[in-house]
Amino acid sequence: MVGKKKRKSSKTVVNLILGVICFIWILPTFGLFASSFRPAADILHTGWWKVFPHQEWKAGETLQLSKDVDLRQPIEVNGKTYSDDQLKAGVKADDSRLIWENRRARTVNMQEQGWKTTPDLTLDNYKNVLSGKEYKLKEADGSETVQKGSGLSQAFWNTLTIAVPATVIPVLIASFAAYAFAWLRFPGRKTLFVIIIAMLVIPIQVALIPVLKDYTSLGLNGSYLGIWLAHTAFGLPLVTYFMYNFISQLPKDLFESAFIDGASHFTIFSRLILPLSVPALASIGIFQFLWVWNDYLVSLIFIGNQPSVQVMSMKIADLVGSRGNDWHLLTSAAFISMLMPLAIFFLLQKYFVRGLMGGSVKG
Amino acid sequence: MDAQIKPEASAPGTQAKQRISGRAVLLSLGVLLANIVINGLIFLFFRDSTLNPLLTAVLAVLWGVLGVYLIYYTLTWAVEQYPDRIRRKVLPYVFVGPAVIILGWLLILPALRTLYLSFFNASSEKFVGLSNYAAIFSDHLMATALRNNLLWVFVGTLACVCFGLLIAILADRSSYERIAKSIIFMPMAISFVAAGVIWKFVYYYQPGDEQIGLLNAIVTYFGGEPQAWTSMLQPWNNFFLIIILIWMQTGFAMVIFSAAIKGVPDDILEAARVDGAGEVKIFFGIMIPFISSTILTVTTTIIVFTLKIFDVVMVMTGGQYDTEVVATQFYRQFFMYRNFGYGSTLAIVLLIAVLPVILINLRQFRKQGGF
Repeated sequence: MVGKKKRKSSKTVVNLILGVICFIWILPTFGLFASSFRPAADILHTGWWKVFPHQEWKAGETLQLSKDVDLRQPIEVNGKTYSDDQLKAGVKADDSRLIWENRRARTVNMQEQGWKTTPDLTLDNYKNVLSGKEYKLKEADGSETVQKGSGLSQAFWNTLTIAVPATVIPVLIASFAAYAFAWLRFPGRKTLFVIIIAMLVIPIQVALIPVLKDYTSLGLNGSYLGIWLAHTAFGLPLVTYFMYNFISQLPKDLFESAFIDGASHFTIFSRLILPLSVPALASIGIFQFLWVWNDYLVSLIFIGNQPSVQVMSMKIADLVGSRGNDWHLLTSAAFISMLMPLAIFFLLQKYFVRGLMGGSVKG
Repeated sequence: MDAQIKPEASAPGTQAKQRISGRAVLLSLGVLLANIVINGLIFLFFRDSTLNPLLTAVLAVLWGVLGVYLIYYTLTWAVEQYPDRIRRKVLPYVFVGPAVIILGWLLILPALRTLYLSFFNASSEKFVGLSNYAAIFSDHLMATALRNNLLWVFVGTLACVCFGLLIAILADRSSYERIAKSIIFMPMAISFVAAGVIWKFVYYYQPGDEQIGLLNAIVTYFGGEPQAWTSMLQPWNNFFLIIILIWMQTGFAMVIFSAAIKGVPDDILEAARVDGAGEVKIFFGIMIPFISSTILTVTTTIIVFTLKIFDVVMVMTGGQYDTEVVATQFYRQFFMYRNFGYGSTLAIVLLIAVLPVILINLRQFRKQGGF
C-alpha cells in the first residue's frame, strides 16, 4: 500500500521534471514562431511573450495644456508637476500614466491600464521575406522606410532543386553498389568495402580544397551539377553502408529461386531488391534529403555568392550577417527553412528516426 | 556472408566454352562509348543550363533516376552479350563502378591531395615540410581554435550524453513518453543555421530596459544587468554557443538510450527491487553496465560530430570574440586568406582527430563478421 502510493507520487515528480525540461526545450522555437507573425515594430520593442494576454497602458483621455508652456520648466498637469523627460518616457500618476501625445501641440495623454487579450498578428513578414520586391515598413514612431525583400522563395526553389537530385542519385548508385558488395563475389570487394567504411566519418573538409580546384578548372563552380555531385560523393559511403546492412540481411532463398527462373542480376536488383528495400530506401533517403536541405558548408564553398543558385541556409546566414537586427525577416526566414524538416519529422517520424540513427555519423 | 550464390553452378559446361564473339565486343564498346558521350552531353547541358531552376530540377530528377538507371541497364546488357565466365567477372564492377569512380574522384583522391598540400606553403608552390603543422600549434588564433574545439567536444558531448540519459529515463517512467520524446528530438530535424537564428533571438541584447531576448528579459526581471551573451563574456560565450549543440543533439542521444533502456530485462530490475535496491542503485548498478556499449557508441558519434562543428559558430559569431573553432578557421584560411597550406593542415588535423573512430569502426565491422 505504502509502496504503491510512493510509486504514484514519484511518477508525478517525474512528469513534472520532464514537463519543465520539455517546456525549456520548446520555448526557443516557440518564441521564433510567435515572433514571425508579429509586426516588425512590435518585435523590436517588446518581447514575443507579449502575444499572450497581458496588462498594458492604453490610450485614454487627452489633456490639452496651454500652448505657451515652457518645456524647460517643470510642467504642471492636473495639479502636479513633471519634467519634459518624464513626460517623454511616461510617468505614473495615481492609476494612470501621463505621456506626451503630441509634444508640439502640447497635448498629454492620460493612459489607463487594461488587459490586452488579442495580439496583433500579421503575415507581412512572410510576404516580405519571400518576395524580392520593395515594401514599406512602419517604424514604431509612425515613420515609414522602404526596404527590399529578400527573395527567399527563389532560394526555396533552389534548395529543392539541389536537394531532390542530390538524394535520388546517391541512393540509386549506392544501392547498386550495396547489392554487389552483399551478393556478388569479385576481387577487390573486401578492400573497396573497407575503404567505404573508413570513409564513413571522414570530415569533408579534407576533400574541399582539391575538389574546388577541380571544379574551377571544369567550370562546375556555382552550377547545380557540381553541387549534386559533391553531395552524392559525400553521402555515398553512408548510404552504401546503410543499404549494404539492409540488403545483405535479405534471405538467401529469395535469390536462389529467382536465379533458377533464369533472372539476371539486373532484373533481380530492380524487380526484387529495390521493391523489398523501400523502408530502408525511405529512411536513408530522408536522411540524405534533410542533410542536403540543412547543409551550409558545402553550398557555401561550391555555390558562393551567386544569388540565382543560392540556397536558403546561405541566404539566412547572409541575413544574419548583413541585417542582424531585422528580426521580422530573420524569424520568418528561419521558419520557412524549418517547414520542410518539420513536416518530414511529423509526417514520417518512423523513417526519420531510423534514418537519423543510422546516419548520424556522417562526415 | 560467406554463403554466396553461385547460380551458374546449376548449368555447368554448356556455356563455359562459348567464345567471345566479335559482335559482343563491338556492341559493348559501342554501349560504353554511347554512355560516355550521352552522359557527357548531359553533363555539359546541366553545367551550362540557364533554364528555370524548377525545370532544371525536374530534368535532373529524371536524369538522376532514369539516366543513372539506364547507365546500369545498358552496361549490364552489354556485359550479358559475353559468355558466362566473363560476365561473372565483369558484372560486379559495373554495379560498384559508378560509386567507386565518384568516391575516388571527389573523396579519396582529394583527401590524399589535401595531405600532400599540407606540406606546402600558402600558394602550394614551395615544399615546407612539417612547418605548417608546427605553425598551427603555435599560432595564437589556431591555439584558440584548438582550445575551443576541445571545449566543444568535452562539454558538448558530456552534456548531451548526460541529458540524453536523464531524459530517456524520465520519459520511460512518465505518462507522456511519446510527446516528450518528440519535443526533445525535434531540434535534430532543423538546420544549424535556423537553430542559430532561434538562439540568437534568445541571446539577443540591446541596451536599455526593454529586452526582447528571452534570456536578458529573464535576467532583468530578476533585477540583473542584461548581457551580450555571445560576444562580450569571453571565454564564457563559448558555453552559450555549446548550449545550442546540446539543445540539438540531446534528442539523438535520448532516442538511442531510450531504445537501449527498454532492452534491459524486466526480471533483473524486479529482482533488484525485491532485494531492496533503490532506484539510484539500480541505475548505476544495473542500467549503466547494461547499456555501456550504447553509451560508448553515442559518445563517439557525438564527438565526431562536434569535432567538425562549423555552422553554429559561423552563424552566431563568425568566429569573432574568441569563439573560433578548427572548422571555421579552416574556412577562413582557405577562403579568405587563400592559405592552402594552413587550410589543408587544419583539415588533416580534423582527419587525425577522427582516425581512432575510423579504426574502431573497422574493428567493429570485422568483429560483426565483416567479410
